[in-house]
This record gives sequence, structure tokens and C-alpha cells, in this order.
Amino acid sequence: MANVSMTVNGRSVSGQCEDRTLLVQFIRENLGLTGTHVGCDTSQCGACVVHVDGKAVKSCTMLAAQADGSEVVTIEGLASGGELHPVQAAFREHHGLQCGFCTPGMIMSAVDMIQRHGGRLDEKTVRQELEGNICRCTGYHNIVKAVLDAASKMGDGTKVAAE
Amino acid sequence: MYATNYHRASSVEDAVKLASSNDEAKYLSGGQTLLPTMKQRLAAPSDLVDLRHVSDMKGISVSGGSIRIGAATTHAEVAKSSEIASACPGLAHLAAHIGDPHVRHMGTIGGSIANNDPAADYPAGLVALNATIVTNKRSIGADDFFTGMFDTALEDGELIVAVEIKAPSKSGYAKFPNPASRYAMTGVFVAKHGDGSVRVAVTGAGSDGVFRQADMEQALASDFSAGAIDGVTVDDSELMSDIHASSAYRANLVKVMAKRAVAAAG
Amino acid sequence: MGMEGIGARVARKEDKRFITGKGRYTDDMVVPGMKHAHFIRSPHAHAKIKSIDTSAAEKMPGVIGILNGAQLAEDAIGNIICGWMIHSKDGTPMNMGAWRPLAQDTVRYVGDAVAIVVADSKTQARDAAEAVVVDYETLPVVTSAIEALKDGAPQLHPEAKNNLIFDWEIGDSAATDAAIASAAHVTEMKVINNRLVPNPMEPRAALGVYDEGEDHYTLWTTSQNPHVARLVLSAFYNVAPENKLRVIAPDVGGGFGSKIYIYPEEIVCLWASKRTGVPVKWNSDRTEAFLTDAHGRDHVSTVKMAFDADNRITGFKVDTIANLGAYMSLFSSSVPTYLYATLLSGQYNIPNIHANVRTVYTNTVPVDAYRGAGRPEATYLVERTMETAARELGVSPAELRKTNFVREFPHQTPVIMCYDAGDFEASLNAAMDASDYAGFAARKEEAKSRGKLRGIGMSCYIEACGIAPSAAVGSLGAGVGLWESAEVRVNAVGTVEVLTGSHSHGQGHETTFAQLVADRFGVGIDTVSIVHGDTDKVQMGMGTYGSRSGAVGMSAVVKALDKVEIKAKKLAAHLLEADESDIVIENGELKVAGTDKSVPWFQMALAAYTAHNMPEGMEPGLKEGAFYDPSNFTFPAGCYICEVEVDPETGKTEIIQFVAADDFGKIINPMIVEGQVHGGVAQGIGQALLEGTHYDAETGQLLTASYMDYTMPRADDLPSFQISTTETACPSNPLGIKGCGEAGAIGSPPALINAITDAIGNNDLTMPATPQRVWAALGSAK
Repeated sequence: MANVSMTVNGRSVSGQCEDRTLLVQFIRENLGLTGTHVGCDTSQCGACVVHVDGKAVKSCTMLAAQADGSEVVTIEGLASGGELHPVQAAFREHHGLQCGFCTPGMIMSAVDMIQRHGGRLDEKTVRQELEGNICRCTGYHNIVKAVLDAASKMGDGTKVAAE
Repeated sequence: MYATNYHRASSVEDAVKLASSNDEAKYLSGGQTLLPTMKQRLAAPSDLVDLRHVSDMKGISVSGGSIRIGAATTHAEVAKSSEIASACPGLAHLAAHIGDPHVRHMGTIGGSIANNDPAADYPAGLVALNATIVTNKRSIGADDFFTGMFDTALEDGELIVAVEIKAPSKSGYAKFPNPASRYAMTGVFVAKHGDGSVRVAVTGAGSDGVFRQADMEQALASDFSAGAIDGVTVDDSELMSDIHASSAYRANLVKVMAKRAVAAAG
Repeated sequence: MGMEGIGARVARKEDKRFITGKGRYTDDMVVPGMKHAHFIRSPHAHAKIKSIDTSAAEKMPGVIGILNGAQLAEDAIGNIICGWMIHSKDGTPMNMGAWRPLAQDTVRYVGDAVAIVVADSKTQARDAAEAVVVDYETLPVVTSAIEALKDGAPQLHPEAKNNLIFDWEIGDSAATDAAIASAAHVTEMKVINNRLVPNPMEPRAALGVYDEGEDHYTLWTTSQNPHVARLVLSAFYNVAPENKLRVIAPDVGGGFGSKIYIYPEEIVCLWASKRTGVPVKWNSDRTEAFLTDAHGRDHVSTVKMAFDADNRITGFKVDTIANLGAYMSLFSSSVPTYLYATLLSGQYNIPNIHANVRTVYTNTVPVDAYRGAGRPEATYLVERTMETAARELGVSPAELRKTNFVREFPHQTPVIMCYDAGDFEASLNAAMDASDYAGFAARKEEAKSRGKLRGIGMSCYIEACGIAPSAAVGSLGAGVGLWESAEVRVNAVGTVEVLTGSHSHGQGHETTFAQLVADRFGVGIDTVSIVHGDTDKVQMGMGTYGSRSGAVGMSAVVKALDKVEIKAKKLAAHLLEADESDIVIENGELKVAGTDKSVPWFQMALAAYTAHNMPEGMEPGLKEGAFYDPSNFTFPAGCYICEVEVDPETGKTEIIQFVAADDFGKIINPMIVEGQVHGGVAQGIGQALLEGTHYDAETGQLLTASYMDYTMPRADDLPSFQISTTETACPSNPLGIKGCGEAGAIGSPPALINAITDAIGNNDLTMPATPQRVWAALGSAK
């Protein structure tokens, strides 16, 4: 059994779990944060993306024990003080979600993408950067629009999305 | 996944010691291949030795045309390294196109080559670049390191510490991804070395993992241009065939990707 | 329309919880004492079960119970049903084999459930499952429907000789043959419609809870139609009577048809909860989803289309073999028959049509409705044939279509459907304008200079949705009526709850249904709540599929709103001492027209509940219900144009532009409708370009059982879409809605394949048009 301690969404948490416990299981089952989803078992769909020490990773492909001592941010920790993160707001404004299942991972990926690329984001880059996130509902059209709009609102003069 | 015991190594020596204490132990670097395999219950290491906190195995240094990449350096770190980009742009391009952004944040060069997946990108890069794989015991040339599909020259418990590369005069990588998995269905790395020799290494296509394409190497040594490959015929008898690509199609891709890699190398 | 009424582009109310991680999906549910299930599945595509030895597994840590098909039979749990009876052309009923929720004697596909392990944790259940020893005697396997029909092929069910489920026909065979015999030109094709795996991102899940004290069951499940689930679980599977069974479909992460059906896992989790005395939760992993979610499509057809000397279609003859997999899923029989062959007239005036359809058992996952369900298969046949005919006849694809368009409505086709409204040329013109069709030749030349092959293709689709008039589908063999229910509750403070039998699993009903109320009563959508997905809250409903929530579900809401409005106006007239015919509802007030007399909406509502001052004979309260049964199908139609560039060196296709011009009738929320088109088109592009389902013919193993081998459309596979709508109102429902959920998936595949075959100059190309296939087709075109 592993004793795991980490900071999740700014809060120190600890718990005991089997060594084989995945980070996503720890988040969902031990912490009850069910916004992080599991959509595949081959580390491809990205529904489970969270930030570990400031980087987007697939929480289905990391052991909870590996994250011991790390700072983790999940979808539940993105909005601050009741204020939506600009990426969350853009997903709503541009109808970048339908069933909502891939959405937490999409949003966490988008935040990471914007942090890394800032003003250099264009439609082609956004589409390539979304390689690790699968959506079955939206055809990605409005997700791409939302990411580009959020990027531009977050302070960089990115190009406007294709209509 | 089956039950396993997790250990976090603090140094190379610590890692080797932890691993040697159990026959069925495995090193866990980025885990982007090992953990999915374990989740499917296709691998069952009794112990996992986490290398992500071994500082000696991390980081990139470039000096005087010599490149050293710590084995626990992530794909994202290689991809965004300005030093790599100027010393060996083909390698930076390769790293930037492994998996997806999340995988690149975790996956490492050491983990990739130790696994030697026949569709992984790094083996092609390291063979073409004539890299040296430095372990806790010895140095191994890339040609000798990759010994076949999912097989390397590593002995039990031997740990890759770093990869060393002499910067080539030109380098380029072109990959045609499998439409589903996005692994290389064929990837070709082309490097022109300081002595004028050219190495062409192919991943994703060979039925026994990464291989060198001698006819192309010869053609490019005398004329480093995409057109020089036109006359080369790629034998498809040793190439993989599956639902995504027949060996004949892969043979075509080897040639097309080689030409694109040469064009990218400039 | 107001800011939030019909036609307004309102951001979705439900988004708040989804973008903050507060959605509640079935696998998020936790109840006290909950335990976890793992299903033991057949690794063989066809085998006899000789024995099941659970003795070692029962001693494993955390194991609570291991149950199998024999115990299921002891408790008289019924066979899984197919809810639509089809008769063969000789009058005999379809040959349906038994499908046990847990296989007892024989397994018939890889993934067929054999037993269930219930344990404290999911990993313990899986660990124990590996210790269960099932002794199989393997049998010969057949995965192809064509092979399965042959003499000597492996036989799946004793009821179905030569694996033939039914041999059905529609239309006039002799007249169609005569038209072909006397034609000036006949276009003949063999067309394969590839098998697809639906892949909603949320895998299926079920949580069954038996309450011994109340002798009552609750099922949380990933369902598009919880009421139908309850009905079937009760009436056919004998789990519990309806009054003792509550089915809840909370947030559901996409369905696309695959979550219509009541699967073995839902039945078994409920039953196992009583058997083991603990709540039992199961959630599918993705590999299980590939192996057990109903697949879609899988048709092989030959067609002959006859033209006269003026290029008018005189006859269309179709012969189809449809693979239904190992068992008949809930609506499987209706998909390749009444949802398919009735659309073979397309947008065209075709005097003679005949289709023959044989459905076949194979050792593969059962096949049922997947987004479009039958209509994509029909559209693909019609539109591939039209494009091919245009090439053979030397006329432009647009001209050939215009020559044959239906232009007068209503139009009775020879295959049941009566098209009620449409303007097909308007859609075609809109799509051609938007795509700059006229400028294509120049673009092709420019691409050629870069070494790329550019092609353009179109598709003019029509579909029948809003399913459907209950009496009509009943006469065709449906076991259910396809009406919808609604209840509108105005609370004492004027807020509104709308209960609907429709179910949202991404469609945005919480917003669009509220827009109907906002439009009618001038109240804000934030004061309107939509209640759905729970059989204890909503009395009865038929659920969401077949693009029916707008046309049918909303129509039921409109009927209930009508009743509320009448009573509200009566009450307001009484309060205002006016005539009820003079009362108008505007901006949240009930006013006496032409005066300054008014009563606010909330005050009227309060008056209805205080009941201190009611008109004589009026009951207190303000709550009305309605059932709506449509009088016809609805007929969305449109034109899609796709332009591609093919890299001749690799065979890779890039979509340069995709234009959609749809006629969905009246639109409630354009933003949501556009989203439906985007998603539908992406799935259609997936079918045409990416998604191939491969079985090993010898072993029956599914070779594409994960995202490593099954190509899901990703962001960089797709372009941004250019979409627009034209509007002819649907005459058969009060809102004029036609429906928009499936159109994209129906109309897009032929547009894409027409474009690629145009680019490469070889019409012989099978979906999905993978780089390898296109490269090979280029090679044989040279």
C-alpha cells in the first residue's frame, strides 16, 4: 500500500491506496472529484487530463504514487472564487461541448496549450495540439473556436477562428 | 493492472539497487508505454522503480557539437530545447511529434529506446544519428543497441543514463503516422554526418524494428537531394503488413518519407 | 422571438456543470455498500460452454459472488428481445434465435457475457475473474454476412437456417425490372457500407440497487430512453414489475444510438443486486465497449439505376445483405428495412423502386441503429449511384440531380414515404454558392501545380425522422408506439418545470425546451427547469433517437403549454375582470389587450395555488400534461459539398472544405443546431475516411478493438465546416420542426467519397478511404 500526499486544487490531501492505483482512480475514488473522466484504456482519449506540477498529463497513465508530493489541478480547481476560467467561459460561449464527457480533459488541455503557445496559436496548431483529446459530439469545430477565442482573451493577439 | 510495488529512486545507483533486488522489477520512466501495457494486464512487473526524480538522468547539454540528453529527459523538453533545435533540428522535430502533448510531458527518451517499440520514433533518430547509448555499465552504439522488435542490448537491470550524439551537418525526420494510433506507420530519419557519410534509418515499417536503408545511404552520400533516392527500390519482403498498411504500401512510404526527410534536412 | 425564445442563439444552461467538472454520470454515482462487477466474456467467437469452475475465484480477496447463466435461468430472467417484427416476403416471421443475458450453452461472439463477478473493488473483481475457469469447445466461425449465407457455413442459431433472419422486400419488382430492361442507360454498382463502432466518449455503465425492505429496484444507467428500459426490464426480462423499478439515466455522455438498447449488463447488475444483497456497479472500459456496444451499418448492396434518354430516373433496384451480428438487438430488424429502404427514392422522382434485403447472423457484435440508422446506408447508395451515373452520362452531377428532383409536395414515393415539404434545389444552390463550385476547375489546376489531386463531390440527402406515427410504425411491426409525453408544472411563484420523456445526452434539451416556455410566457429560461431521465419523475416517455426530440418531444411540450396557456388566461381574465379572449401574454405579464390592465405571471400562478379567487368550476393549481403522437415522419433534407486534396504519393486525403446546406424546418436554437451538424458531419467523415472495423475471418477476433486500431476522427483530421440552413416549415407538427441530429452523418459520406473518386479518377473505392486504399486505387487507375 502507498501513502500518497499531494496538493490537489490548492488543498493538501493524503490517502492510502494500492501501489497500482492510477492517479485518476485516486482523484475520482479517494477524493471524490469525479469531473476527471476515463474514456479509454489505451491512453489516447484525453478525458482524464489534469495538470501535474503545471503540465497537462493523462491521469490514467500515471500512478497516484508517482504524483506523491506533486501539485495537481483538476477541472474542479480551474475556476477561482466562483469566476469561470476564460477557457471554461469560452467553451460555453462557443458551444464547445455537447455531452460534456470529454470536456474536462479538453479544457485542461486547452489551458495547457494556451500557456505553452500564447499568441502563436492558430487554427492549425490548435487542431494538432488536440491530438490527445478525442470528442465524439462536436466535430471539434466549436472547440477550436473556443480555444482560439480564449487564447486571444487571455492576453495574446491570436488569429480569429474560422467561422 | 496486476498488483505491483512502487519505489522512487533518488540516484542511478539507488535505481539499479532497487531494480536488482527483484527479478521481475522494471524501471518506470515516463510510463507512457509501460503503464498502458500494465493496465491491459499484458505486463506484470512485481516492482516499479520510478526514475523521474533521478536528477543525474535529466537535462540536455550541447557543447562543441556534442549533444548529451539525460535518459529521463522528456520528449517535450527535447522538442522545445533551442540547443537541440540548432544542433540537430531533425531530432527536435522528431521529439515534437511523438504521441500527443500530454504524452510528451511524461514520456522520456530513455524509456522510449529501452522499450524499442517497432513503431517508436526515437530508434530511427538514434540509429541515423549514430548515437551512443550510455548505461550505468557501458556505452553502446545505436547500431548494436537496437537488436530487434521490443529487444535491445540491455542486460537485466542495466539502466540507460544518457544518450550522446555528435551533431550532424544535416538532419531531417518525416513520419507517416498510423491513422488510428498515431504511432509511426513509417518514419524515416536522415542524417548527413561531418565525414560526409549519410545514415538513413527507418522505423514503423520493418518487421524486426528499426533498420538502415543502405541503398539510400549510398545514393545520398554522393548526392544529398530528394531526387537522388528516385532510383532506389525498397524491398518489401522484410516489411510489416497489417490492416492499416500492406508491406507494399509501407515500401512506398519508406521512399516517400525518406525524400521528405531529405527535403526537411535542407 | 425574445432574447431567449424560439430562434435565439442562447448559451446552454447545462454547460455550467459540465465545464466545472460537476456533471453527474452513471459511473460518478456512489451509494452506500456499493460493490463492483466484472463480466467474464467469451474470448472465442463461437464455442460451446462445457463447464464453468468458480471454486478458486470464490476464495479470492473481496469476492462477494460469482453468478452465471444457469442461475439467471433459475430466476426466470427472460431473453433479450428484438422489438420490431419483420416478416419475410413469403409471409413467415423473422427467424430469431435466443439471446441470453448470460450465455448458458453457446457463445456466439467475442465478448458474449458468460458470468459476473461481484467484489469489493473493481480490481478485485477483475483479479477473481481471471481465476474463473471456463472450459470452451470452439466451433467454426463466420464473420461475413455473404459467407454466412452460403451452404455449409457455420450455423449460429437453430432457428435461422443458413443464418438467414429474414428475406424481405419492398416496392414493385416486376415494374422496376421492366424499367431497367427498357432504359436508355443503366448504372450498376456494388456498394459496401462499412461497419462502425459508435464510441460515445462515456463508456456504458450500470448501477443496480435492490432494496429488500421495499422489494424495489433502482437502476442508474447510461440510457437514451430510461422509460423504454424500464418497460422492457419489466415486461420481458422479468426483473421487476414497473411500479417496483425506477430507472434513472443521469448525465449521459453521448449515445448516437448505442445507448438505446437494454444490454445484458443492465439486466444482470439489477438481478445480481438482489442475488448478492449489495448494490452492484459496472462500468465498461473502452475495449469492452468495442466488444459489446451495438455496432452500426455493415451492408453489402448491388444496385441498378435506370435512366431514360432525357436522363430521368425510371427505376432503381437494390439488393442488400445486412449483417446483424450474433443476436438480434432491440431495433436491429427495423434498421435495414423500414429505416432504410423507405428512403431509397432520395430527393428524386423515381417511379419504380424495388429493394430486397436479407439479414444475416454472424459471429460478430450485434448491429443496431447508429446515428442515422438505415438512412445513411440508403443515402450512400443513392448518392454514390447518382454521381456515378452523372460521370457515365457525361452530365454535371448538379444537372442530373436537378433533372430528377421532386418539386411538388406532398410527394408519394413508391416506398411508403410521403414527403410533405422541401425545396431541394434551394439547398443545392446554397451549397454550390457557398463552396464556389464554379471556381473549382481553377482550384484543381492550382493544386495540380503543387502535385496534389483535387476533387469535388456532392450529396443531396433526405431522411425521415421525428419518428414516428405510432399507428404507422405499429402496422409495420414495431412493438412500441413512438409518441412523446410532456408535463408542464407552473409553480406557485411562477417558476416552471417541464417534464419530458425525451432524454438529453448532449443535445441541450435543458436549454431548448426552456426556450419554448420563455417564448410562450415571456419568462426567463433560468426560471424554467427541464426534468428528464428518471422514471419516478416523468411518467412515461419514449426517449431520444431518430432526431425526434424536437419534432416529437417538443411538440408534446407545446401541447401541454397550450393547455397551461388556456387555463392561465382564464384565470387572468377572472382576476382582471376581462374576457379571456382579450388576454395576451407579454414580457411575463398577462394583459388585457389594448388596456393598461395586467397581472404579472407570478401573481397569476400564485392565485392558481392560493385558490382564493378562482373562476367557478376551475380546479386549483396550474399543471398540464400532454401526449403527442406525430401524424407523419418529418423530412430534413439538404445538400453537402466536399472538396478534397489527395497526396498521390501517400494516398492521404485532406478535406479542403466541407459545405452543408440543410433544411431542418423551424430552428429553436441555431447554435445548438449548428453543433449537431458539426458532430454529425464529423461522424460521417469518420465513416467515409477513417473508421474501419475489421474482424479476423478465421477466429472472429475484433482486430480494431481499441483506439490503437480503430481510427476516431481527431481535430486535425477535420476542417472547420461551412454550414447554413434554408427553411421550409414542416407541416406535420406545431412548431414546424424537422429535426437535425442525424443529417450530418447521413449526408456526408457520399459527398466525401464522390470527391475523392473525382480527385483520383477511379470510382472503385471502399469506405473508409484510408491512405492505403486511396494509394492502391490510384495505382490501379493509372
